[in-house]
Amino acid sequence: MSFFSWAWDWITESANWHGSGSIPQQILAHLGYSFLPLLIAALIAVPAGVVIGHTGRGAVFVVNVANAWRAIPTLGLLILLAVFLGFSFLTWLLPLVVLAIPPILVNAYEGIAGVDPDVKDAAKGMGMTPWQQVTRVEVPIALPLILVGLRTGAIFVVATATIAAYIGLGGLGRFIIDGLASNQYGPVAGGALLVVLLAVVVLALFALVSRLVVPAGLRGQAKLGRTE
Amino acid sequence: MMWSWIPQNWSQIWHLTWENLKLGVLPALYGLIISLPLGVVAARWRWIYPPVLTVVNVLYAIPSLALFIALIPAFGLTDTTVIIALTVFSLCIILPNVPPSVRQAATAMGYGTLRRLVTVELPLAIPVIIAGLRVSVVSNISLASLGQLIGVSSLGYLFIDGLQRDFPTEIYVGLFFVIVLALVCDLILVAIRRVLTPWQPRRQRRLERRLPLRRVTA
Repeated sequence: MSFFSWAWDWITESANWHGSGSIPQQILAHLGYSFLPLLIAALIAVPAGVVIGHTGRGAVFVVNVANAWRAIPTLGLLILLAVFLGFSFLTWLLPLVVLAIPPILVNAYEGIAGVDPDVKDAAKGMGMTPWQQVTRVEVPIALPLILVGLRTGAIFVVATATIAAYIGLGGLGRFIIDGLASNQYGPVAGGALLVVLLAVVVLALFALVSRLVVPAGLRGQAKLGRTE
Repeated sequence: MMWSWIPQNWSQIWHLTWENLKLGVLPALYGLIISLPLGVVAARWRWIYPPVLTVVNVLYAIPSLALFIALIPAFGLTDTTVIIALTVFSLCIILPNVPPSVRQAATAMGYGTLRRLVTVELPLAIPVIIAGLRVSVVSNISLASLGQLIGVSSLGYLFIDGLQRDFPTEIYVGLFFVIVLALVCDLILVAIRRVLTPWQPRRQRRLERRLPLRRVTA
């Protein structure tokens, strides 16, 4: 039997949709584990990227450190925190925040740093204060890339929140980890497929948001390139 | 921290590091090998590029653990499963980084000059391609530790064993080796770029400092 038939049989089994630890409950839990880390990472990384992109200070730092930062294995960090802090709030939150920061930071930085210098000069020449230059000109122009960063961060977090189950927490990873432990491929495949679907929904959501938020003159820009 | 654990288990640590290195580097290489011709094809037939990029974006949204799992029926609990999954992710990172100059070189190929692609366009694209390789190798090395969840041997073993035995030293060692391994690979790629692109200014920042245009006018 293939992955999809296993997954389909398990997902369509009505018993899996009721009671405690059912599919809808774990989807909600999964979203709960994903949203907060993304929000915190965004609150840290977007302003940091914007400031660094605007001032040009620390650019070398961003390029090199953001990449090295990816080397931190989320599973290892999660387990380390679990050993020291037990099943506390920070145990699952911190690794996911750490995971989401690099793509958001790098894209916000690239977006702001890539704004046409002539446009920046024009903004300055019109007498805008630095705050106005950033908020009215640079951020709107960088918005497509900032959204790409947030999208990538969101996908990382949704995908990786799965492993929170490894230290005994809920979410869709519960099905995967329990299935692996009891040698049942059904819930493993089903859980994995649900995570994929959730990630695709996030992807679609960001496509929608960027259509609504990005100024008309800039549309299509995000398609040109993606900086990880 | 129990330092004596490290020399006692050195051969195991070394073995796991080697496995982890393999799981991190091979997929990036395969990803590169697939990306280059695909990039050239996408430049020759331009309409191919946007759909390819969309597919890449969706593929990139697949959680690595989920992809490992999806490949289990076909490849079992083996290295192959992890390597194929990580190759897919590497492809997603490297392909958008294959710059238009390489893609447009296909036009040159249309005129029959493969040589131009190999001798001019490709070398010029090296910095961007290496930038993509750096991201993919570093994330692969870190992601490969997840392979341990489906029983594929990597430094992730140290995390899981450390948790089960409640033995933090092992977790520290695992984290340390994953991070150092990734950083060493990153540095090697930077060194390769420098060797391959001798025309690039190495001390760009110092040059800029030597020409403080704004201060001259101020």
